[in-house]
Amino acid sequence: MNGPETLAGAMPGRPKSAGRAWPLAIEFLFRKAAALAAFLAAAALFATVLAIAYDSRLAIHTFGVWKFLKSSEWNPVTDTFGALPFIIGTLGSSAIAMILAVPISFGIAVFIAEIAPRWLKKPIAGAVELLAAIPSIVYGLWGLLVFAPAFANLEPWISQYLGSIPGIGLLFQGPPMGIGMLTAGIVLAIMVLPYISSIMRDAFMAVPSSLRESAYAMGATTWEVAWQITLPYARSAVIGGIFLGLGRALGETMAVTFVIGNSDMISASLLMPSATITSVLANEFTEATTKLYLSSLIYLGLILIAVTLVVQFLALLLIRRLGRREGVAA
Amino acid sequence: MRGMRQATEKKHRGLLLWTAIFVATLALGSTKLSWAESGGQSSAGNLTGAGSTWVYPLVAKWADAYKAKTGVAVNYQAIGSGGGIAQIKAGTVAFGASDMPLTPDALKSAGLIQFPTAVAGADMVYSLPGIGPGQIVLSGPAIADIYLGKVKYWDDAEIAKLNPGLRLPHTYITCVHRSDGSGTTFTFTNYLSKVSPEWKSKVGSNTSVAWPTGGVGGKGNQGVASFVQRIPGAIGYVEYAYILENHMSYARMYNSAGKVVSPSLQGFQDASGHVDWTTAQDFYVILTDQPGPDTWPISGCTWQILRKNASKAANMQVMKFFYWGFEDGQSMAKAIAFGPLPPSTVAAIKAYWQKELGYTI
Repeated sequence: MNGPETLAGAMPGRPKSAGRAWPLAIEFLFRKAAALAAFLAAAALFATVLAIAYDSRLAIHTFGVWKFLKSSEWNPVTDTFGALPFIIGTLGSSAIAMILAVPISFGIAVFIAEIAPRWLKKPIAGAVELLAAIPSIVYGLWGLLVFAPAFANLEPWISQYLGSIPGIGLLFQGPPMGIGMLTAGIVLAIMVLPYISSIMRDAFMAVPSSLRESAYAMGATTWEVAWQITLPYARSAVIGGIFLGLGRALGETMAVTFVIGNSDMISASLLMPSATITSVLANEFTEATTKLYLSSLIYLGLILIAVTLVVQFLALLLIRRLGRREGVAA
Repeated sequence: MRGMRQATEKKHRGLLLWTAIFVATLALGSTKLSWAESGGQSSAGNLTGAGSTWVYPLVAKWADAYKAKTGVAVNYQAIGSGGGIAQIKAGTVAFGASDMPLTPDALKSAGLIQFPTAVAGADMVYSLPGIGPGQIVLSGPAIADIYLGKVKYWDDAEIAKLNPGLRLPHTYITCVHRSDGSGTTFTFTNYLSKVSPEWKSKVGSNTSVAWPTGGVGGKGNQGVASFVQRIPGAIGYVEYAYILENHMSYARMYNSAGKVVSPSLQGFQDASGHVDWTTAQDFYVILTDQPGPDTWPISGCTWQILRKNASKAANMQVMKFFYWGFEDGQSMAKAIAFGPLPPSTVAAIKAYWQKELGYTI
């Protein structure tokens, strides 16, 4: 800006006609509004974290950080609280969800992008996307009333065959109740499937067809094209999609509360009931009668934010590293 | 760019297709659907309360009838007992409702008063193939030992002793509890604390506790009921209303008089009827394990909390509403498995209002 000029005159390279004044005023307002929107979002995050940290100060003061994280006692009667069972439940159920959802999403994306005939692409893509439109409470009810009873019939088989394998067999032992960490993981997997698969599919469809077609012309199979051409090309988008799904799985509340069994015992078996940070918050927030109890619940919320931030940070690191390796290879 | 736009268009067309199918299915199915009537809550209610979810069905039912009769709208928000206490302390509502009574000291320091509303009961439900409703008899100490993990199988000597002649299977007992903090849990654990010293010292009573066996937590009465029905050998505690509704296998219980009783409204009312409210300060009596030959042992009630320094007009409005419920709302209460307070208790409440507030109905 040089000197007191009119708004239109301040923009170099623009015709200095009076007719441009309005669009430029709008441009000015638009830029400010965009900045405001961005700052508001950042400020909301900052304010939320601050408020949660402030309200959990009593629990932080009483239990400290490390002691709260490693203690597995959650006893509202004696006002003793620890987060370990819920952190394990949160990470465990989300890990199961990702182990199931990522390969299936890959399959869906490859099918739609590479294999499916034109007339089938649309209905399948639409059906998968509609999964995202189902409210989580409906997933919870479905999980509790439909999936869990059916799964309970399968569990004796699981514990008989998988439970007898030395080592990992420990993960699959226990009474067939139909609910627990594994059920929660499966329901979560269905819930995050649409997010991961639609991002993967869009990324796969954006791969230049020249690349794909040259590979086919060289005699590559569908698997080779998907694994060696499409996936590396779309890698960063795919990883972004996976972490979006993971973020959702970590924060999902209602559906998990219904099917995880809500027990604060730490168990090696995935068939046993467990609890997540979000489920204990949803369950106990309304009736938390003492100040320390309430503060400890809010502290759990703070820990969930921290866990999510760590996961996001890891995602960023991973993408950077992969990008660098890609650059070296090329 | 063009390709991408085409791709999104395709995507949308797919979505549209499925939406159409879904809507069509719904349209076909909706002929069979009966829409739940929306609770007519007026936002311009001139009497507001908040708290316990347990008492919500009763207050809501009373409020509907009360509005039809007097035109006074009662807006009750079931935000939980903890929230109810906080709101009445802050003075944002005219009354708070809690499933756990406040101690006389806590009431005094916060300038509050409390009185009971209606009596309800919880009972044990179980799923054992071939054993129907009321066939199993349990005692308080036996239930405490089951939930402490000391009694692990249904054919344990402690259960068999209470059920001579009944063939009990060697089935593992899965203990089901409420995962959400609730007055039912408070009533249940308070009862166990009264009958089992070990429970009292190891676990105690609260709206949620650290369950010794871990067990399974169901959300709400419905969650507990469905887990118990699902898991063979499971035991759980639910409100009486859910037993009636779901036709569940319930246990009969030994009460403090040593008699075997079935859950009933009369049994809940007797729990209140045997309390000498005139000597109980601030109604600080929990109705579990009360004396009387027909008394149901796991009975509990919800307390309404008022502020002493609220205006007389505001408090009178609340008192009128509940007094009307005590007098005219009895059959409504019974219809949803709440036992109305006996006349002696209502008289004690009137006297309590006079003593604490200086005015009464």
